[in-house]
Amino acid sequence: MDLNFLSFEQPIAELEAKIDQLRYLGEDASVNIRDEVTRLQIKSAALTRSIFAALTPWQIAQIARHPQRPYTLDYIPLIFTDFEELHGDRMFAEDLAIVGGPARLDGKPVMLIGHQKGRDTKERVRRNYGMPKPEGYRKALRLMRLAERFGLPLITLIDTPGAYPGIGSEERNQSEAIARNLFEMATLKVPIVSAVIGEGGSGGALAIGVCDQLLMLQYAVYSVISPEGCASILWKSSDKKEIAADAMGITAQRLAQQRLVDLVIAEPLGGAHREPVVTAEALKTALISTLDGLVSKPLDQLLEARSRRLASFGAFRSI
Amino acid sequence: MTWFEKIIPSRIKTERRTRSVPEGLWVKCEACDAVLYRAELDRNLSVCPKCAHHMRIGARERLKRFLDQGSASELAVNVEPEDPLRFRDSKRYKDRLLASQKATGEKDALIVMMGTLLGLELVTAAFEFRFMGGSMGSVVGEKFARAVTHAISFKMPFVCFSSSGGARMQEGLYSLMQMAKTSAALAQLSQAGLPFISVLTDPTTGGVSASLAMLGDVNIGEPRALIGFAGPRVIEQTVRETLPEGFQRSEFLLSHGAIDLILDRRDQRERIGSLLRLLMRQPAVV
Repeated sequence: MDLNFLSFEQPIAELEAKIDQLRYLGEDASVNIRDEVTRLQIKSAALTRSIFAALTPWQIAQIARHPQRPYTLDYIPLIFTDFEELHGDRMFAEDLAIVGGPARLDGKPVMLIGHQKGRDTKERVRRNYGMPKPEGYRKALRLMRLAERFGLPLITLIDTPGAYPGIGSEERNQSEAIARNLFEMATLKVPIVSAVIGEGGSGGALAIGVCDQLLMLQYAVYSVISPEGCASILWKSSDKKEIAADAMGITAQRLAQQRLVDLVIAEPLGGAHREPVVTAEALKTALISTLDGLVSKPLDQLLEARSRRLASFGAFRSI
Repeated sequence: MTWFEKIIPSRIKTERRTRSVPEGLWVKCEACDAVLYRAELDRNLSVCPKCAHHMRIGARERLKRFLDQGSASELAVNVEPEDPLRFRDSKRYKDRLLASQKATGEKDALIVMMGTLLGLELVTAAFEFRFMGGSMGSVVGEKFARAVTHAISFKMPFVCFSSSGGARMQEGLYSLMQMAKTSAALAQLSQAGLPFISVLTDPTTGGVSASLAMLGDVNIGEPRALIGFAGPRVIEQTVRETLPEGFQRSEFLLSHGAIDLILDRRDQRERIGSLLRLLMRQPAVV
């Protein structure tokens, strides 16, 4: 099994392996082999298209968590210039599960904050699998205040399984760290654009995700609890994660229908990790145009609209 | 009464009595095992008169007893839950709602009331834990926001008693967004210069703890209440070690600087009333 492919992509993986094999055999380029490679490539693309046209929410969650999916630090050099990473919450520690600092987007200064997962085992441990502790959220808050002080629009990239549930997290009041960010972001005096680039895991995602406009990559997910967590609580078995993923409506498409997401950014065929540069370009374009629409607004109108947006969330009957 | 008299005869006495009286007249304290007369327990705000254990108390009962007698009037009554995702696990969300509504007599898990506390007008809210574990969905968020709007319009302080397992999964991302919605409402209250007192009662965890409940200008815990972001079982599974004694209890939070003080339920009227008068720069109660 090719670990670069998810289980439902294995037919594609087999075709791709065959193509590689033929290419290797056909170094001296007989015409027949070249034709065969072209034929298989067309077949592979068609297969990918058909598999990706009918993805289940759980499969999309797997793409959102793909070990090769681009992370915040992969996007930064492709989208921004002059990024200067700033560290620490000035109180307790540096949390590597959140990165941030000022940068330029299309030449204009912004403040950037994003979750960061690790690529290999060592890096994953260092970044705590992208699960921030209170000091991570407090670092983020410090950068938000810095953004406000210098009038830099805030861009946040969301990609976390959730806030870290550990003893230290509780001792340092994870709840307050998250709540404080929600509170402060609601009235932060600069435009805020958030984009879910991978996993939007519950309160740990929202803690840097209160915004004026919410963007989401096509195969990103955003949910109140992980499908596994939901399944183990409501179905008493984490095996029901596929059903839970479906029931909770965690995909960009469903969330856009619920008007909880403002813009869905299409990903290349096969997902962002197949073409990171193309994905970054699409994300960049969306960030620039969304931000353009916000920076032109007077501050009071911006805050009024944000307040109305946040107040509008919910589905209830008013009788 | 000596310790000997306290233990032996009462047990014998109550055993004899429970046989002859209707069910529900007597309640056993889960902390000290004392058998208590329900009417007396109710008079004592569901705090065990023997060991001061704070039992859970219904939202409506709590607010009525907290506010000055006869001053309470309910706000935001006409908000009812929907099932936006047509959610179904082993039961349909709709059926769970109906069952909770029947069991509690409430439409959803938050009750809002205005009234006076030692003569000071204020808005109060309380979570009904018996309604789907006090979980926060769209109705809870909307009622909370309306409570805050009312407080701002009439320049009143706001007190909320939380008791919740967190966000209501059956409403998907709508429920997560209630964390943002309630926190944004509190940011408006704060900008209006009005105090918010958050009373965290047993249990307050997850999305409620990580939003409105930790945003008090003053955060108050009830004795021994479980308060935390993640549930103890989740933490145990994650860190694979046993949790320290008293972990995530009010006293633990107080010693770690997370809450301002712990107040016995029976003292809350006096102390919160006085505190609000201080923050509102009102004269003391005579």
